[in-house]
Amino acid sequence: MIMEVIGKSVIRKEAQDKVTGRAQYTHDYHTSKKLSGRVVLSPYSHARIISIDTTDARKVPGVRAIITGEHLPLTGESMRDRPPLATGKVRYHGEAVAIVVADTPDQGDLAANLIQIQYELLPVVHTPTQAFQQNSPLIHERLGEYDREKDVYPVPGTNIAHHVKIRKGNLEKGWAESSVTVEGDYSFSPSDHAAMETRSSTAEITPDGTIKIITSSQAPFMVKQLIASYFNEDIGKIVVDTPLVGGAYGGKASVQLEILAYLSSRAVKGLPVEIFNQREQDIMMSPSHIGLDAKIKIGADQSGVIKAMELQFFWDGGAYSDKAIDLTRAGAVDCTGPYKVDNVWCDSYCMYTNHTYASPFRGFSHSELSFAVERTFDLLAKKLNLDSLELRERNAIHPGHTTPTRVLLNQSNVGNLQECISKLRTLIRWEEGPVKEINERLVRVKGVSCSWKTSTIDSNAPSGVILTFNRDGSLNLMTGVVEIGTGAKTVLAQLLAEKLKMDVDKIYVRMNVDTQTTPEHWKTVASRGIYMAGRALLEAADDVIAQLKQMASIVLRAPIEDLEVAHMRVFIRDDPRKGVDFKDICYGYQYPNGNSIGGQIIGKGNFILRHLSHLDPETGEGKPGPEWTVAAYGVEVEFDRRDFTYRLIKAASVIDIGIVLNEKAALGQVMGAMSMGLSFAGRETFYYDELGRVLNPQLRTYRPIRYGENPEYLVDFVYTPDLQAPYGARGVGEHGLLGMPAALGNALSIAANVSLHHLPLTPELIWKTKVGKV
Amino acid sequence: MKLHTIHLNVNDEEQKVTVRSGDTLLYTIREQLGLTGAKPGCLNGDCGACTIQVDGWPMKSCLMMAVEAEGKQITTIEGLNNTPIQEAFVHHFAFQCGYCTPGFIMNGHSLIQKKPDADDSTIKEWLESNICRCTSYIEIEKAIKFALGKNKPSS
Repeated sequence: MIMEVIGKSVIRKEAQDKVTGRAQYTHDYHTSKKLSGRVVLSPYSHARIISIDTTDARKVPGVRAIITGEHLPLTGESMRDRPPLATGKVRYHGEAVAIVVADTPDQGDLAANLIQIQYELLPVVHTPTQAFQQNSPLIHERLGEYDREKDVYPVPGTNIAHHVKIRKGNLEKGWAESSVTVEGDYSFSPSDHAAMETRSSTAEITPDGTIKIITSSQAPFMVKQLIASYFNEDIGKIVVDTPLVGGAYGGKASVQLEILAYLSSRAVKGLPVEIFNQREQDIMMSPSHIGLDAKIKIGADQSGVIKAMELQFFWDGGAYSDKAIDLTRAGAVDCTGPYKVDNVWCDSYCMYTNHTYASPFRGFSHSELSFAVERTFDLLAKKLNLDSLELRERNAIHPGHTTPTRVLLNQSNVGNLQECISKLRTLIRWEEGPVKEINERLVRVKGVSCSWKTSTIDSNAPSGVILTFNRDGSLNLMTGVVEIGTGAKTVLAQLLAEKLKMDVDKIYVRMNVDTQTTPEHWKTVASRGIYMAGRALLEAADDVIAQLKQMASIVLRAPIEDLEVAHMRVFIRDDPRKGVDFKDICYGYQYPNGNSIGGQIIGKGNFILRHLSHLDPETGEGKPGPEWTVAAYGVEVEFDRRDFTYRLIKAASVIDIGIVLNEKAALGQVMGAMSMGLSFAGRETFYYDELGRVLNPQLRTYRPIRYGENPEYLVDFVYTPDLQAPYGARGVGEHGLLGMPAALGNALSIAANVSLHHLPLTPELIWKTKVGKV
Repeated sequence: MKLHTIHLNVNDEEQKVTVRSGDTLLYTIREQLGLTGAKPGCLNGDCGACTIQVDGWPMKSCLMMAVEAEGKQITTIEGLNNTPIQEAFVHHFAFQCGYCTPGFIMNGHSLIQKKPDADDSTIKEWLESNICRCTSYIEIEKAIKFALGKNKPSS
């Protein structure tokens, strides 16, 4: 099929706004008067609140209200374990304890500093492994009493918020068939998304009870649903508006500030109140990127065929379980990586610790588990003296195999990993070997890894699209997908232009999402925007085409079957001169004498994923997601043996993308994700003191990769269509990231001749590992 | 806190504003002049999202007090129109979410004006003061070099 619009690097619809400063984000909106809500953060990670004295704070001019946590309902997406403002005790450094609502931010800050809070320190749980120990301090004493979804399994009396089990095949048999086994323990602390736009939300309650929230979110429809549910508000009275979002990466899929803004507005008779996170607050108070302690054991025969895998994941969910429950599940369902493993046991635990609680992070547990699994693969390759890509290829997942949760794979629902590996070989010149000596000090080394990922979103998650016409026959496209930077709305316009065979410039997309007038898209997460909204869009396009043809068949006095649509016209297939323009029928057709028929054409489409199911609590059996995108990666470093520093030389990804919808946008997604993955792998983590306090909550101490520190990026694709997806396209927003930590870890382990088991991979870590100090 | 009434020259227009001694230039141009192109990212000089031009040089507007800006020529992203660097950013997909973009463009625009012959190390020296979290920086590098090239008289 020859495509006219699909695959082209169509310029983003919002491009001009973004390069001229006209693009508006949540914090850019000005209302006639907006109060400021300033949040008081906990200075400790685990402490009893003895008293809160607001006397002095209330005397500050401009202070309208001070809110503390008593009498508020518990919140949390899968389990309600989190008070919106801490009550009784604080469970992480930076937890919200009180809010001051004042006329201006500086008045609010002044008052917030005058609130006197007495704390009594409690013993701190620093890691998920410590949290798992029998004698660990308890973070939630009343764990058994929380409301929760029915497939959440907390263990009261422990710090286990949720436990997912995978039991596939026969592990004993697998070990018996193995002639070699390798084991590894891995760990890394939580880190941050560090979106350049910090989170912010403004809430207002109008006299008729309408709750208006404007928020920087990936999940405006979830904001509406949760606030209605937590506070017993009528859901129809809640309107959530989300403009352009300045970076999200999963961090804005959680609902937090919206609740604080709503409570603040409620406390001042509904006046608009903005809660704007300054960077430190964004890093400490708002949910972070999850940490992990993992234990991996792999058994294989002499030829490297995997016979058994046993995995334990202790996720650092932090103080509250919120999205960490789903992250724990997502890690379990793809626990083996993209390999055929008949005998696998996995125990994935969502652990409470005294860290900031977790939100999703681009890749949703997959870059994290990949680091542990793929490092162990390299240990196996070393032990067997096998080429590390060869080992991966030998075990690569294929159609006909089953996943750890026993989903049978076919040509459509899993991509072609073997071809990814094969293309990677060429891309990174693997035939030259992984090691190239430069001189006494410097060595260049390549490391590799593979990944797969399905998207474990809610099995009933909806997506809808509405199409309307303008009088000139151009179209308006409305979807609940949030423009978080991926260009998804532009790509949707391309899909529509292709389908209607028209100029993409005549398709206008609504950038902002408003939960009252845009159809719901569950959440803009999980690389599922194009898959789900794309399917809804194609259905809406079919709806529009049917309506146009029906009108045209009357006007042209021809059967519907004989009509075609292209170039904003409906015409007779074998005589294209006979036709009618969209503009003459999209608002009804008027005969010369004034009689009119038909009316405004409105197209609608919706999509819901098919056959997803809950997992069996004992075996994990079930269908967690629709398809698996597979990929292979390589990273080349230049390592200095003298001081353990290194330079990133090249990073490569080969992803089975199905089809490229917008070339530059797709490359941008992949390379941007790779950059984020290398940044996470090489430099990003929270450093804590003995009281569990975050020591680096600023962008000069928490330091993402900067201009010029990047390697050269090599990207290639494999094109195995997903038959269920629009034009065969697979999700690609996250996948560039997934293999980066593992590939970097593998390269550096070879370069430094020491097995590295922690992130971030700093020169200091390499040195400490070398001298046995880790 | 003491209030000051000052005149600011922003994008070639004289503006009279009343500010507190502690108000940053970023806060003032956003809240008082409604110029929200410059973004708060860290309020600490770490990220560069608030970069504007002061007398032709890039300046992180969160690090400058409004009262210090009196008598200086201030240019914000709203003051640029159809410059080579804006065009280059669009063409090379040098942004995704767009939040860091005004800062990068103001920094890059100043670089092109002040260092038209900038080499790789000068470009790095200038641009490493800003953070982009979406792109791989390669796209930004291409855009900057494209705009630098366009600015040079063809030899």
